[in-house]
Amino acid sequence: MKASHKRVLAAAAVCLLVLGLVVATAALMLAGEADAGGNGRSTEERMVALGALVLAACALSCWGVYRLDALYAGAPLRMAEELKATLAHSGLRLAEQGASELRLLAQAANQLLDVREARENDVAERIREARASLEEERSRLAALMADLSQSVVVCNLDGRVLLYNQRAKQELSAGPDGRNAELLGLGRSIYTVFDRALIGHALERLQQASSEGAAVDSPKLVGSTQFVTATPAGRLLRAHMSPVLGGDGPHHAQVGGLSVTGFVLVLEDVTSSNERHARRDALIQSLIEGGRGPLGSLRAAGEMLSDVPDMAVEQRDRFLHVIRDEANALSAQFEKAASAFSNDLRERWLLEEILGGELLAVAARGIGERRASERRALAVKTENVDEDVWLRVDTFGLLQALRYLALRLQDEYQVREVRLSLMRSGHLAQFDLSWLGTFMNNETAMSWLQDPMTTASESSPLSVSDVIERCNGDIWFQRERVSHRAFFRTMLPAAAAPKDLPRAIIAAAEGERPEFYDFDLFNWSAASHELDDRPLAELSYTVFDTETTGLQPSQGDEIIQIGATRIVNRRLLRHECFDQLINSRCRLSPQSIEVHGITRELLVGQPTIDIVLPKFQAFCADTVLVGHNAAFDMRFLQLKEEQTGVRFDQPVLDTLLLSAILHPNQTAHRLEAIAERLGVSVFGRHTALGDAVVTGEVFLKMLPLLAEMGIKTLRQAREASQRTYLARLKY
Amino acid sequence: MSKKILIADDEQNIVISIEFLLRREGFEVLVAGDGEEALAKVRGERPDLVLLDVMMPKMNGFDVCQALRADPDLAGTRILMLTAKGRDTEVSKGLGLGADGYMTKPFSTKELLAEVRKLLGM
Repeated sequence: MKASHKRVLAAAAVCLLVLGLVVATAALMLAGEADAGGNGRSTEERMVALGALVLAACALSCWGVYRLDALYAGAPLRMAEELKATLAHSGLRLAEQGASELRLLAQAANQLLDVREARENDVAERIREARASLEEERSRLAALMADLSQSVVVCNLDGRVLLYNQRAKQELSAGPDGRNAELLGLGRSIYTVFDRALIGHALERLQQASSEGAAVDSPKLVGSTQFVTATPAGRLLRAHMSPVLGGDGPHHAQVGGLSVTGFVLVLEDVTSSNERHARRDALIQSLIEGGRGPLGSLRAAGEMLSDVPDMAVEQRDRFLHVIRDEANALSAQFEKAASAFSNDLRERWLLEEILGGELLAVAARGIGERRASERRALAVKTENVDEDVWLRVDTFGLLQALRYLALRLQDEYQVREVRLSLMRSGHLAQFDLSWLGTFMNNETAMSWLQDPMTTASESSPLSVSDVIERCNGDIWFQRERVSHRAFFRTMLPAAAAPKDLPRAIIAAAEGERPEFYDFDLFNWSAASHELDDRPLAELSYTVFDTETTGLQPSQGDEIIQIGATRIVNRRLLRHECFDQLINSRCRLSPQSIEVHGITRELLVGQPTIDIVLPKFQAFCADTVLVGHNAAFDMRFLQLKEEQTGVRFDQPVLDTLLLSAILHPNQTAHRLEAIAERLGVSVFGRHTALGDAVVTGEVFLKMLPLLAEMGIKTLRQAREASQRTYLARLKY
Repeated sequence: MSKKILIADDEQNIVISIEFLLRREGFEVLVAGDGEEALAKVRGERPDLVLLDVMMPKMNGFDVCQALRADPDLAGTRILMLTAKGRDTEVSKGLGLGADGYMTKPFSTKELLAEVRKLLGM
């Protein structure tokens, strides 16, 4: 029963009681009157007095009920409401009101609320701390991963990429033509890059190792495995694969409650070292096998000459000729091998290719800076620098050696200026450190080259000669009396310009951490769900847009730009985008140029549609396509199916239709209008990529709204879209 | 009757020595400069032993060996392969194809002579 009903009933009951009392009083009075007999007031007077009494009694009792109600019923109800409010806002307190007993209750409740708020604050603080440290760890991880010279990729058991670093992106994203084809991305399948069977086999080996560990009754989930494979771009990679262990992997492979739930791939580009090894092997092989023939002839001829003393002169000459001939052939072969080998010699030192000019510039700066800080200027000049000479040297050691020599010159001979020069001399590079005027004797110079390089600030167990020898070079002291110059001359083998320069890591924009990992993907399993019945929020999407030469695909208008970005786990991955201009022979209509601003000149040298579409297809692999007015773009793509052999048969969602589902009473479903309705800021419109990004953000805003309407799976979204589409057609 | 030996090798410088060595030992010596010539001479002259170099123009030693072993008429012809490579795999290939012996350059002339005698049953 409601409180208000109770009040009404209570008031009515009290009124009835009062009425009863009054009636009883009246009856007694009347009875008394009858006994007294006629010496009282008239009947009217009595009635009025009784009426007044009744009214007064009723008013009094109602007031009493009202007071009691306020004290014992209203106050608890208000307190209950206030208490309810504190569920949502922990800062609220109960007002102490009503009867004193209730006040005590309010005080007790308030104490409880105080305790609760303190706890909540404590928990919130701990969460904040934990988040901060997690964030810090993430940043550290991101920085660490970015700095690794190896590629790192982490995948779940389905081969979905959960994490990758910059290096991996660069190494693995290149397509067969060496250009970036965006093959690697979060939530993407690693099998677009590596052979499924290869990874599968390696995984099997990991799991094997795990179960073998179990068999010998020492529960151990161990094992890492290696394999060598080639990327689509033809680079040779050595892959080191180790398992990621967890408690929720396949049951049958569990050991001690753990099993393989994913794997880490650490990849190293071994293309060049492999080439070097192959070259060296071939060299040794040719030396051994190529030497056998001539040696065989030499030995046989030699033995004949020594075994047969009574040989005819003519015959003897023939043998001598053989010996001369074969010795020459062997020498030539030996020379060839030696020169080929010299480049590969001493590979164990970390020799690296560097442009000679660059080395000189660094050296000059290094020497000059050091002394400037000590306020004793040593001028360093570079002259006659051959800009095309490449060296293969231990850069650090060489710079240290140069600095050491220059500083000793300054300290012991008060030299004020040194010059560095670099010239090519045949297949060697001639590298001079020279100075004017002051001469030292050969013995001193020799000791400088042979002593360990020790200065006030640093010491090295190596001598200058050691360092130069490591670089397969030679150094000596020389002077020219005519020009009054003295110099240390270093001859080093000139190297060939390296074919594969270490590619620079592209740094992420300031304050923006690239989305390179998403461990939530661990729980994914493509096999367990049919795409159609999977929640929209779980799917990966490729949001795309195209720019075209015009609006009539059937009359020959063509795509001239495709822009796309990806959505994985409800995140728009701005770093994983596809942005490609496409060369087309079709005329660009002036109206279209006005829209997208792409002119004929911009398309010159761009790839054609038959090259771009396969790449775009790879980019879209395993995702649902999302576009605004996607039917238009899909029509262009379908018209190219026959020519390119590329079919886009994945599911497609259209933000235009989804908007019609969400806001059936709106008439404007242009992208800008939708963006405005959903509070998405629009910039970079009318580039394909810009539009794709806006479409993606709009789509993300739509997901929760669709869910509210009960549209949660891909199937539901497609069916609802179809209905609106049909409805619009009928209309 | 002196035994007849065919030297099949395109390296003139080794042929000079082997030819001299074997003639001095009283063998009748024939020389072929490539694989095809070797095959023709074996068929025409029926030598008792062929010293067969592996690396030869036109037809290599392995092919010659195989062709000889495929001909039942020539079953009695002994084959000693000479090679400048000397990989174990190659040795076993030669023996697998039917060669009776195998020598790797550089070899000593004494060893060669001993091997030749052994193969000819002398």
